[in-house]
Parts: sequence; structure tokens; C-alpha cells
Amino acid sequence: MDLRRSMLFIPGNNPGMLQNGGVFGADSVILDLEDAVAPMEKDAARFLVAQALRTVDYGASETVVRINPLDTFAAVDIKAIVPCCPDAILVPKVESAADIHQVAAMIAAAEKTDQTPVKIIALLETPCGIVEAYHIAKADPRVVALALGAEDYTAGLGAMRTKEGTEIFTARTIVINAAAAANVQSIDTPYTDANDEEGLLADTQLAKRLGFKGKLSINPRQIDVIHTVFNPSLNDIDWAQQVIHAIRKAEAEGSGVASLNGKMVDLPIVNRAERILHLAELLGLMGGEK
Amino acid sequence: MKNAIGREIPETISGIAAIKPFAGAFTTVPEMTRQAPKVKTIKPTDRKLVDSLVEVFKKIPVTDGMTLSFHHHFRNGDGVVNMVLATAAQLGLKNLTVALSSVFPVHAPIIEHVKNGVVTGLDTNYMSGPVAQAVSKGLFDKPVVLRTHGGRGRAIECGQLKIDVAFIAAPAADEYGNLNGVEGPAACGSLGYAFPDAQYADYVVAVTDYIGEYPLSPISIPQTRVDYVVKVECVGDPKGIVSGTTRITKDPVGLKIAETAAKVIQATGLIKNGFAFQTGAGGASLATAAFVRKMMEKDKVVGSFALGGITGYMVDMLESGLFKKLMDVQGFDLEAIRSLSTNPNHLEIGADFYASPFNAGCAVNQLDVVILGATEMDTDFNVNVVTGSDGVIMGGSGGHADAAAGAKVTIIVANLLRGRLPIIVDKVLTATTPGETIDVLVTERGVAVNPLRADLKEKFLAAGLPVKDIQELKQLAEKIAGAPKAVKTGEKIVAVVEYRDGTIIDVVRQVEG
Repeated sequence: MDLRRSMLFIPGNNPGMLQNGGVFGADSVILDLEDAVAPMEKDAARFLVAQALRTVDYGASETVVRINPLDTFAAVDIKAIVPCCPDAILVPKVESAADIHQVAAMIAAAEKTDQTPVKIIALLETPCGIVEAYHIAKADPRVVALALGAEDYTAGLGAMRTKEGTEIFTARTIVINAAAAANVQSIDTPYTDANDEEGLLADTQLAKRLGFKGKLSINPRQIDVIHTVFNPSLNDIDWAQQVIHAIRKAEAEGSGVASLNGKMVDLPIVNRAERILHLAELLGLMGGEK
Repeated sequence: MKNAIGREIPETISGIAAIKPFAGAFTTVPEMTRQAPKVKTIKPTDRKLVDSLVEVFKKIPVTDGMTLSFHHHFRNGDGVVNMVLATAAQLGLKNLTVALSSVFPVHAPIIEHVKNGVVTGLDTNYMSGPVAQAVSKGLFDKPVVLRTHGGRGRAIECGQLKIDVAFIAAPAADEYGNLNGVEGPAACGSLGYAFPDAQYADYVVAVTDYIGEYPLSPISIPQTRVDYVVKVECVGDPKGIVSGTTRITKDPVGLKIAETAAKVIQATGLIKNGFAFQTGAGGASLATAAFVRKMMEKDKVVGSFALGGITGYMVDMLESGLFKKLMDVQGFDLEAIRSLSTNPNHLEIGADFYASPFNAGCAVNQLDVVILGATEMDTDFNVNVVTGSDGVIMGGSGGHADAAAGAKVTIIVANLLRGRLPIIVDKVLTATTPGETIDVLVTERGVAVNPLRADLKEKFLAAGLPVKDIQELKQLAEKIAGAPKAVKTGEKIVAVVEYRDGTIIDVVRQVEG
């Protein structure tokens, strides 16, 4: 399972941040060539990010590069970045499966022969992109996640972006559902007020309840809160352990049906419990006792 | 000869009295009696108010070769040092020693006075700006003495820094010599660094631009120690004296370090009722206080006291009931001044009370935790806060070595890479604080624990903190930035770095140019 609880944007034209991007403990760092970089600085940022991928140790963080949109510098970006072996490319403003086909072909052409295949994360930030979400997710085996970009999306709707996020509710659930149907991850839009920790917490809790597997982040200060929300709680872990215990016991007794606190434990519940325990183990949250 | 931390110290240094090498943080013990200034009397009809500095120079009289002392509470807004030295130059005085607790860029005119022979010695705890640069290039014939804040208090009390005349910049005075720092246009808060000067100088002159009604209240320095009061037009520029607000850093790396430092403190188990804490006013230090505050609030901890340089942030913690007392040797902002003048739980303390190692107990000894910075640290945990990466003097111990020695746990917060330079080296260029008094280094890429503190290491590992060996952290930094070339220095000794107990912990040599 690839952990993408938090995906932190790092401006691609800031050497200090590129050097330190790995210290914040984000599951993914997104070295950004798009919105964070002014048009005049695109080539310098591309060079910097390429060098950073070759030389900087991002530790346990997955390395993702947000390239420019297909109608601007995507082709040059892919050609320069892919041979530097990022784990994934975040493609902005994806609107159709054809966009993904085009990106996948460019990545394949740029990859070195012995290189681990570069993954694709599709950023859906237009009404068209939301409509096409499922087809985008299924367009190519490289696609591992759909991410929602709500700022551009609400502009496209002609709606006002609010902290409550009522205006993006539909888009959020469509992205989550499409991703789940295509068996890829869904990543929520960033919470853009870096000084509002309570707002971030509420927004992230909502994202998790809806089914998102992680959240984009625009500030390292947000990482801890995001992780706290997406980490399984001690109660979750405790429940999951009881489920597994109950099912093992039932199996040992030769019964196919187990129950926990009077409720039947069936396959979806076991799957959910296993996911929680797997995540807890990955995150070192299991403690000594089992 | 080599001192206890392996620094090469010459047997004799021209211009410096008997050299005693550093022998360990608590090894050297005092063998003297306290300094005793001349006993005085004045008649009931005598007045202390003098019209000008020239007149006070003549009355005392100030003569060639004397040591004149000053405090640094006005920081870069100070006008008094320059005024007094200009008067000395005008009167043709020579060979004076300036004992100024810290030197700031505003004190650049000292350079001319040195070139003209008016000033020939400097004794300070910290210096930055043109004077520091000129000292590094060999401005003085005899080395500058760099002390700690507590060490300066000790040197004055023990008669090793004998002050002939203390010129005390006073934001407020009455005509009979009572002084405080909380009133007047140049209000700076605590006058703590001037307390030893007022106690032990042969003559004490208050220089002020605000005369209040007798008796002044509150009284920080009493009339019983003050010989003359000189009213001048303006003692300093408030803009350089205090900042309006102290802000917590927004630098994400600084915040990451601060957050880790707070977790380190939590893991020590010391955040409980009665917690005593000191932190600096800048960068990651203040941010650490913000994270510690959250922990205290969450666990409903009421601390005993916060110590040192006081900012509005600490005042807010006092007023929110997170600390019962503040002990204030130096205030940094308007909030600190307001609180000191109105809150009886905000105590004004002197440099000796704060940190002198040679008395019946100073405040740093009661600290649980102190957060400090560093420009360089070596793999033996010795810290440099005097010279920069170019070998030029850019700071000084201030209370660094004092608080490190006193606190139960001393934590250095620093970026593992500053610009393109690793902070950890094999051997610091200038040792100011001995490794035996440093317990933990917190960087953005991991935490190193002094091998002397295996107890702490165990606690940090149990808390899941990213503990790394200091060598490992050093290699990590060098992998990114490479190992820097050693700074080349000349032969001439431009400053001696005195440990708080009066022994010599290191020397600073001249840089090229």
C-alpha cells in the first residue's frame, strides 16, 4: 500500500525548500513546476527540480513533480524530469482519458530502459475533469491516484470557494467514488489557510469521513494535523484487533461466521480491519502488545 | 598549554593578567574576597544633578587609564556610550578601557577612539557590527576580553573587572539618583545588567533624559549607590531599544526544529507543575516556547518561572497563568516593560543574581530547561557562539554558557545546514560553551544526545524521537553540503574567551584583511 496521507507542495524555484523538503515527514513531496513558478522562471525551476531529484535525499517521502499543463510546458517538463527518476508525475488540469494517454506516451518515451516506471497522479480541477474522473482513473495503469484541485474547479463553476466547502461536495464525492471504482487512491484538495489549524482539522476530518485517502498540503505546518486525522486512532486499532481475533477464533472453531459485540463480522469488515492494522503497522502505531 | 577541552591557550598573553586555563565547568573555585568600593558620605545639602558630562568628568575626575563601564539595555538605540566617549576624547583623555556588557553596530565610533588612543581596552559579553569586525582584524593592541553575562557579574564582584566609573544610561531618574528602566522616552524595562556596576564601581553616574519626581518609583538602582545624575537631551533612540512585538518565526524549517525541541522537552518529563524554563527571543527559540505552551495548556501544567531575556510572549504566558513568575534581566519589547512596571510577579534581577557562578546561588541553577542557539558545534558538543563561518566575531556568549551550566537540560536548536554550511564540525573555531554542559542538539534532520546523558537518550528513544549519533548527523550534513574548509586565521590574539568562572576557555585570532 502506498501511503499518501499528506502530499506537500514545495516550490520548484526555491533551493532552500527543495533541499529541506524531506525533513517534514510528508508521505509525498510535490516539487512544483506549475503554479508556484512564474512563467519567466519555468526553465530555471525545471533545472533546479531535476538537480534536486538527482542529489537531494527526500528520505521516506515519495517524490512527485507537478508539471505544467499539457497546453503549455508539459512536454518539456516530462522530457527533463522523467529521466531523473521521480516516483510520480502530478498532471494538472486533466480533463479526459486522452490527456492521460498523451502524458503516459511522453513518459514512456522519456524513461530510461532500467527505470522504475513513473506513476501518474491526475489532478482534477475543472468541471470536465470531474465528469471524466472514472475514465481518467482507468486510462492507464500508471495512474495511481486522483487528486482534487478545488480552487480552479470552483472558479470553473462560477461558485465562491468557502471554508465549509459546500460548493465542492459533489466534486469530492465523485472523485472518491471514481477512484474507488478504478481501484486507485483519492486525494483531497489542500486547505489554503495555513494559519487556521482548527479549520484544517475539520476539513481533513470531513475528507476522511467521505473516503479520501490523503490530502494535498501547501504548508509543512499542516502535515502533523493531516497525519493525525488519517492515522488510525487507538480505538480503530483496538476494534480491528478484536475483529481479527473474532474471525480467527471462529475459524479455529470451524465456523465460517464470527460475531463481535453482537454484530456479524463479514468479509468487508474483515477487509477494513486488515487495512487499519496494515496502516498501523506501517506507521509504527501498533505498540508492543498484539 | 591545553585546557580541559583541548584548546591551546598561551601561557601568557600580553595585556591580560594571569591566565588560568579552563579546567571543567564546576572545577575552579573562588579564593578571594568581594570587591569593596570606597565608602562615601555626602552632606544633606549636597546636590547630585550635574549640567553636563564634561562637568561630571571634571568633578570625579575621570583620568587617563580608567575603566568606564556601561550596560547594553539600549541595544542598537544606545546614545550614552558614544556621548561619554566623545566627552573623553574632547577632554583629551587616553588609554581608557570600555567595559560595555554588549557592543552593537551603533557603537561604531569606538573604532575612531581606539585609533586615537582614547580607548585601548574593551571588555564585553557580546559584540556585533563594525566594532566586532574591526576587533577581528586586530583593532586593539591588547586582546578584548569576552565574558558571559554571569561571568561579568562575577568579575566585577570579585574585583577582576574593577570599574572606576559606571555610566548608567537611565530611562528615568530622580535628582537624587534613584533609577528605573520603565519610564521615560527611552524605557527599556529591566536594568539588570547594570546592577553589578552600580554595586561595585568607585563612582556611579546616571545619564538620563527624563527626571521624575523624588522619590522615583519603582527604584531599580538606588540613590545610595549613585553619585551624580546628568540630564542630557536624549539618551537613545527608542526604535533601536525595543521592538513593538516579537514575532514567532514562520520559517517551516525553524518551526520543524522548534516542534521537535518541544517534543524533546516533553520526553524529559520536566513539563510538570513547577517547570522552570529559559528560551531566547529569536527564531526557533521563541517558536519552541509556543509549542511548549501548547503542551502546558493541554496538560494543565503551571510552571514556576521563566528566566532571562523577557519578551511579550513570556509575559502572555505569565498573564495566562502558565508561569507563576518571570525573572527578568533584560526586556525585549514594550509588553515586557509594561508587565515589569505593573505585575509584582514579574521580577527584575541583576546579572549576578541571574547567572554569576561565584555567589551563594544564581537563578540559572534553578532552571529545568534552557533552549539556546549555536553558530557551530563540534562532535564533543562544544559550542561556538562567538565567531562566524569566516572567523569574524559576530556575537558572544551573553548568558549562553551560564544557562547551559545551570539548567538540568540544555538544548541547542540549530539548522543542520545553515546556508550551505553544516553546523556540526570536528572542532569549533572558537569554543564558548563546553560540551559537558550541553545535553541535546535538535536539528531539522534529527536529535543528537550528549553521550554523558544516556538517561536522556533512553527517554527520547522511548518517545519515538529521531535520535541520531552526532557523527551520523555530521555525515548527513556533509553528504548534502560537503565538508567546509577550515577557516584560516592569523597569529595575533584579538580576544580571549573567558568562561563564567574566570578561566580561559579559548582565544580568538585575527582574520586576514
